[in-house]
Amino acid sequence: MYTYDEIDRTLVNERVADFRDQVRRRLSGELTEDEFKMLRLQNGVYLQLHAYMFRVAIPYGTLSSKQLRRLAHVARRYDRGYGHFTTRQNIQFNWIKLAELPDALADLAEVGIHSMQTSGNNTRNVTSDQWAGVAPGEIEDPRIWSEILRQYTTLHPEFSFLPRKFKFAITASAHDRAAIKIHDIGLRLHKNEADETGFEVLVGGGLGRTPFIAKTIRPFVHGRDLLSYVEAIMRVYNQYGRRDNIYKARIKILVHELGIEKFATEVEEEWQQMRDGALKLDEEVVEDIRSRFFYPSYEKLPHMPEELRKAARDPKFEAWRTNSVFPHKAQGYAIVTISLKPVGGPPGDATADQMDAIADLADKYSFGEIRVGHEQNLALPHVARRDLPDLWKALDKLGLATPNVNLISDIIACPGLDYCSLANARSIPIAQELTRRFANHDIANLIGRLHINISGCINACGHHHVGHIGILGVEKNGEEVYQITIGGRADEQAELGTLIGPGVKFDEVADVIEDIVEAYLALRARPDELFIDTVKRLGVEPFRERVYATR
Amino acid sequence: MTSPLEQKKIRIAGPSIVTANRTWDGAVIYRTSGQGWSADLADAAIVRTNDDARALLAESVADDLGAVGAYIAPVEITDGGRIEPGNLRELIRRSGVTIGLPGQRISLPLQV
Repeated sequence: MYTYDEIDRTLVNERVADFRDQVRRRLSGELTEDEFKMLRLQNGVYLQLHAYMFRVAIPYGTLSSKQLRRLAHVARRYDRGYGHFTTRQNIQFNWIKLAELPDALADLAEVGIHSMQTSGNNTRNVTSDQWAGVAPGEIEDPRIWSEILRQYTTLHPEFSFLPRKFKFAITASAHDRAAIKIHDIGLRLHKNEADETGFEVLVGGGLGRTPFIAKTIRPFVHGRDLLSYVEAIMRVYNQYGRRDNIYKARIKILVHELGIEKFATEVEEEWQQMRDGALKLDEEVVEDIRSRFFYPSYEKLPHMPEELRKAARDPKFEAWRTNSVFPHKAQGYAIVTISLKPVGGPPGDATADQMDAIADLADKYSFGEIRVGHEQNLALPHVARRDLPDLWKALDKLGLATPNVNLISDIIACPGLDYCSLANARSIPIAQELTRRFANHDIANLIGRLHINISGCINACGHHHVGHIGILGVEKNGEEVYQITIGGRADEQAELGTLIGPGVKFDEVADVIEDIVEAYLALRARPDELFIDTVKRLGVEPFRERVYATR
Repeated sequence: MTSPLEQKKIRIAGPSIVTANRTWDGAVIYRTSGQGWSADLADAAIVRTNDDARALLAESVADDLGAVGAYIAPVEITDGGRIEPGNLRELIRRSGVTIGLPGQRISLPLQV
């Protein structure tokens, strides 16, 4: 993972000192809330229902064990003993006190963690594939380019006051685990016909009130031109993006209103003026960034070690292994996904004790590295296959070995009305009930891969638009009502889901999901036809009929 | 529970209070009739007209030092005169999350 240099450390420490003074002046009354609000947002501090919420950046989802332990410390010392991993690979603390925030930030800065630009109308955390650097078939590690973008966008003087927030995501694999098509700028690393490495650049993706799937603006931009091309896009956005209406201010609206061709023309015109300027990336700069990423020295290990062969006799271990362990680019190694979706638990939460324990396991089994996925699970990216049985036993003791990765109870959910001041309805209790309904491992496997996404309001932090089943909580006459969509997906074939019918009440949601699943099981062409493929084949109507026949 | 952040016009439908978050720690607080703040809903000043609501809110917003994010929220007054939250949002703000934190167990009615 990336190693900070003196410039990085100084920047973070100076930011902490700045914010400490800003908090002091706020608490003394020298700054009004109106003056302070923008400053706190630029440091990831929101006001929520019960308390302040503190959003900490985990750049492209990569953490060291030392950093994870420090997050555990913040959870314990400054919060209520747990944190929530988000759909943007960040972590949120829900009970932080403003007066203690500077100390929490200082503690985090010691291990190279910050909260800069995790909120506000600026460029947010650059997210990427949680399997970056270890996925088989990957073009190259997308985190190199994520880090280049991160450094470029941090405190960028021209883009610190954009019309609205701005989000990047980068993938380098055929299967997009970074959901690039729902980002303001999505980047797909690939090789052109000349075998050069560069990016397909997509623009204008986003969810919320007006969801759009990003469109390709340029099929190939050479790596050396990445920053200049991105700057051209952002300049066009900064100039023409609406600032009169917060709900029309994202780049997706501009792309939609101009049309992708006209938008591309504007960007091209801007780019031609600057492409050979200061932002052209030298190979030296890229190599310098690449050199600051740590990669383990893998041993030459067998694919099927004796420890694994013996452990395979244990059905519980096998259930976990076949579900949560994924191929690695190095023979004899594996990527292990740690599900943070226990039955009956809030999706994406981890206690301080669990974080400490995972840090210890990362040290023992994964060269001290942990990854955060946008689907709100964690991953250990460098596990020797011979260590899988011991790792599993340890995870199982911690309640972190639920074998439900990518299954129906691996739910993505925003915090919802239990925490969030923007929410209209609760999301976590819906997720909890669904995990209870589908707790049976055999049934979950019978259903197969099925992504449920739940959002407590139209801002769509739970990505409900792109869930195979999407659930959106709204408020109607003072009651929580939930709209259900099906057929969405967030991967390389990204699509928005389709509403199946009128909203249903809080205590009907789980029944509706059961009906949808029963319809799928009855209608699928083959046992291995996935839910999403059945919906694509048949459309929404058969599911609508099933759900609303008796409602 | 349309977000009160979207309040544009002050129009109350029944007894209401002003609530906010305490500046230094974000705790939920309620405006009292003594121009102060209390963490106890029982101490909240009740308003029953749009003009009174507007005045109480303006006074609360001006008190920028102790409180942040003030807005008007509905309440119910029981037969015994007790003030209760008037919607699920305020119930959650008063009583805490409905899902239980690690080590805690809170039970609430599912809907108001």
